[in-house]
Amino acid sequence: MSEAILDPLFHLPFATGLLLALVLPLLGTLLMLREEWLAALGLAHLAAAGALLGLAVGMTAPIGGLLAALGGGTAKALLGVRGNAAYAFMILAGWSALLLIAANTAIGDALGHALVEGQLYFAGPVDLGAAILLTFIATLTLPWLLPKLVRARLFPQDETANRLPARRWHLGFDLLAAAGIAVATATLGLMGAFALVFVPAWCAFRIAPGWRWALLIAVILGSGAYLVAFAAALALDQPFGPILVAALLTFAGVARWRP
Amino acid sequence: MSARPLLTLTGLRAGWDRPVVGPVSLEVHRGEVIGLWGPNGSGKSTLLAAIANGARVFAGTVRRAPQLRLAVQTQQPVRIAPLPLTGRDLLRTAGADVRGVPGSLAAALRRRVDRLSGGQYQLLCVWAALTSGADLVLLDEPTNNLDPDHESLLAEMLSGQIADRAVLLVSHEQAFLERVCSRVIEVG
Repeated sequence: MSEAILDPLFHLPFATGLLLALVLPLLGTLLMLREEWLAALGLAHLAAAGALLGLAVGMTAPIGGLLAALGGGTAKALLGVRGNAAYAFMILAGWSALLLIAANTAIGDALGHALVEGQLYFAGPVDLGAAILLTFIATLTLPWLLPKLVRARLFPQDETANRLPARRWHLGFDLLAAAGIAVATATLGLMGAFALVFVPAWCAFRIAPGWRWALLIAVILGSGAYLVAFAAALALDQPFGPILVAALLTFAGVARWRP
Repeated sequence: MSARPLLTLTGLRAGWDRPVVGPVSLEVHRGEVIGLWGPNGSGKSTLLAAIANGARVFAGTVRRAPQLRLAVQTQQPVRIAPLPLTGRDLLRTAGADVRGVPGSLAAALRRRVDRLSGGQYQLLCVWAALTSGADLVLLDEPTNNLDPDHESLLAEMLSGQIADRAVLLVSHEQAFLERVCSRVIEVG
């Protein structure tokens, strides 16, 4: 097992997934705060459909997925839709498009299946580059976005009362979340991406004594589950996505039923 | 009381689909606590909403001092559960004063806000509004959820944090308004 994990063949996928496991839980805490956690599933469906469509027309999967997710995030922000309803429609649209594209293109079922399950161990330089870029942008923007979004959630009238340029941070976060989920869907799979966004934040919201702790706990749980899942999937020769989800669900169970 | 008003309402009629309050004319100066009193449905909250750019202005004007900064506390403060923010986190988010929190409310600073009572949370939000650096603070029914002790604390907070700002305060409790306000205007 240790030989498999240390194999240079897996270094690039490991690094790609680890960066995503550090960023996605942070996005998840903000989505949980805004009660928009269903965003992860909605945007992941759009990204999966976009990735498949992109491949069908000669683009790379991450680019196709990113364009579709950014389109969905932009439309939601410009229409001023808040809450989970918009994401429910994205889930339906993405799911429908994904299956129809898979059924009617040469790409076919196999790749559609891979997008749902994840193909982390096949991650290449493009995927790593996308994860590095996402991490860089998140590192730059989240310190600016976090206080504004928390304030907007707790004191929503202040933005209107003071005519603040609120669209900048709301749209900025919508695009960052869309990009993060799109990049993650292409490598971790649809459900793996959703789980990394939702579960660590869900746990942190229940057990953290304060906001900084919530961010830290979410990152620790997300990256911890990733490390466990990466090793376990290789050792047990199992698909990564479901193992990651199982690891996260185990952590959620402990958080829910802790003494 | 400073000479230049922070806010001037002239013949204001405001509402949502149709006008529900007005015409109202008044000036608000720094250092004042002005109470808005009236029966249910008289449009007091709508008046505050119009000042805060939330409700529609059908007639009249709302003139604000240049770069006037508002803080708004609605009847029902936003409460999310679960929410891993301490009282201190909430005040920091609002840019409010953490050090000067009144004694009985200080214990709330270390606790998660989703584990505070309704009254404690209400007072914390009012403190945040009063000490966030806003010039004009709009408080809608701040005595909701408050027992007599907390109501007294609210009165202390209002009298202690008013020198550099003004407060427009909606309440249906006439006794409280007469206790804390420099003047009371009947709406409706």
